[in-house]
Amino acid sequence: MITITGLKKNFGHKQVLKGIDLTFKDGEIVSIIGGSGTGKSTLIKCVMRLIKPAEGKILIDGKDITFVEDEYKLSAVRRSMGYLFQEGALFDSLNVGENVAFGLQYLTDEKPADYKKIVKEKLALVGLKDIEHMRPSELSGGMKKRVALARVLAVSPKYLLYDEPTSGLDPIMSDIISDLILELKNKLGQTSVVITHDIKSAYKISDRIVFLYDGKILMQGTPAEFKKSDNPYVRQFMDGSSRGPIQMKLTND
Amino acid sequence: MFKLIGKYLITFFNECGKAFTMLHTAAFWLWRAPFEWHEAMRQSVKIGIDSLTVTTLTSVFTGMVLALQGGNTITSVFNEPMYVGTLVGFSLIRELGPVLTAVVVVGRAGAAVTAEIGTMEVTEQIDALYTLGTNPSRQLVLPRMFAFLLTVPLLTLFANFSGIFGGYLVAVYGLGVPPESYLSDITTFMGAGDFMHGFIKSIFFAFMVGTVACYKGLDTRGGAEGVGRSTTVSVVTSMVLILVLDYFLTAILTALRI
Repeated sequence: MITITGLKKNFGHKQVLKGIDLTFKDGEIVSIIGGSGTGKSTLIKCVMRLIKPAEGKILIDGKDITFVEDEYKLSAVRRSMGYLFQEGALFDSLNVGENVAFGLQYLTDEKPADYKKIVKEKLALVGLKDIEHMRPSELSGGMKKRVALARVLAVSPKYLLYDEPTSGLDPIMSDIISDLILELKNKLGQTSVVITHDIKSAYKISDRIVFLYDGKILMQGTPAEFKKSDNPYVRQFMDGSSRGPIQMKLTND
Repeated sequence: MFKLIGKYLITFFNECGKAFTMLHTAAFWLWRAPFEWHEAMRQSVKIGIDSLTVTTLTSVFTGMVLALQGGNTITSVFNEPMYVGTLVGFSLIRELGPVLTAVVVVGRAGAAVTAEIGTMEVTEQIDALYTLGTNPSRQLVLPRMFAFLLTVPLLTLFANFSGIFGGYLVAVYGLGVPPESYLSDITTFMGAGDFMHGFIKSIFFAFMVGTVACYKGLDTRGGAEGVGRSTTVSVVTSMVLILVLDYFLTAILTALRI
């Protein structure tokens, strides 16, 4: 279980997270939604401790990692977590096969002789075949993302943090990825935290949806509750309307 | 005025502090995790081969020009080109070999290392290293530091020989110095101490170039533009530091009679 209490984070003078209280229970899928710049990525990066929070507390299975400085201890906690980056973050210097196998040597006890088999298996899981020898630069955006997902899945983490897993994918592939996230939960009991703009996917996969607005949680609940909600902020976002209380400042972006 | 100087000094020491923190973290991981030999060797081959041609070209021509200038000057004073070998040998082995090699390595490999690590930083590949159970110290900094420390002294050695060879060509075929006397000029007047002098310098240069290249790479912010900026700063900083460090090392090593 991941427990977050009173989490705050600022970059310079800009307060991005303004006190988040949130729990991710084992085996559930939580989607975090909200406009750009509301601190969704910052939130899960704090959980992964890629970013150091300013205030608050993050407990991963009871272990407080909020202000741990020792990289050695941090890497031990990170073992239980997988992180899918928005743009994939594949290593350019390695080919696809080496990318997918990368975490195995550090995070698992698998024998190097089995790496090939695991790579094949995980690539097949995300619908890719025979591309082990290709370079990341030769792949399309969607393929990169799926290879990155295969890389995360290869190390079978207990918690999976996805930073926009379906953005940049065609609708069919988006749905396949959504199904995959669901399947991982059902088969392996994996806990997933999904940052997404894809409302359809959020409705489909989530046990719970968390709506972030201006660095705070505005609403959380089941997809059914979100569908029924008459909160004007939530409605505007879920319906994808330019009219409503959320005013995007076009000039600033 | 004071404010400006103060600001520069603060930035300078701040950067030094951060670079040393990086080295400290790297040293920590050297003891705590197995060394990435495979990556270290890959980097050594890359840095070595990248810089070999340019190092050779630079030093051959430096040796040639030293022989030409020195030979002509000596001839105009003494009427014959004496001690050309000594002049070329001393200049190269104690001074120009290590300095020129370091400068070439900065331009070829230092810039490449900063650009590569910088790109990894802005495309979240560095973060990805953390999420996959390792870290940039172990994966990037240590192997590259090793590679610089291994290749720069070797390249310097190579530069010395090719420089002396270049000088030989000009001295023997251009100035008419007998081959034996060119070589004996070098061997008679130079000892292991001179060689050590250059060798120690090259190790310090390697360490400095590696540190600056890795640190500026990891310190990159702000997309493609940021990578360009880091790379430029990395190269300029290293070049200036080589010359500054060279003076102080010469002073210290001379004081120690090396």
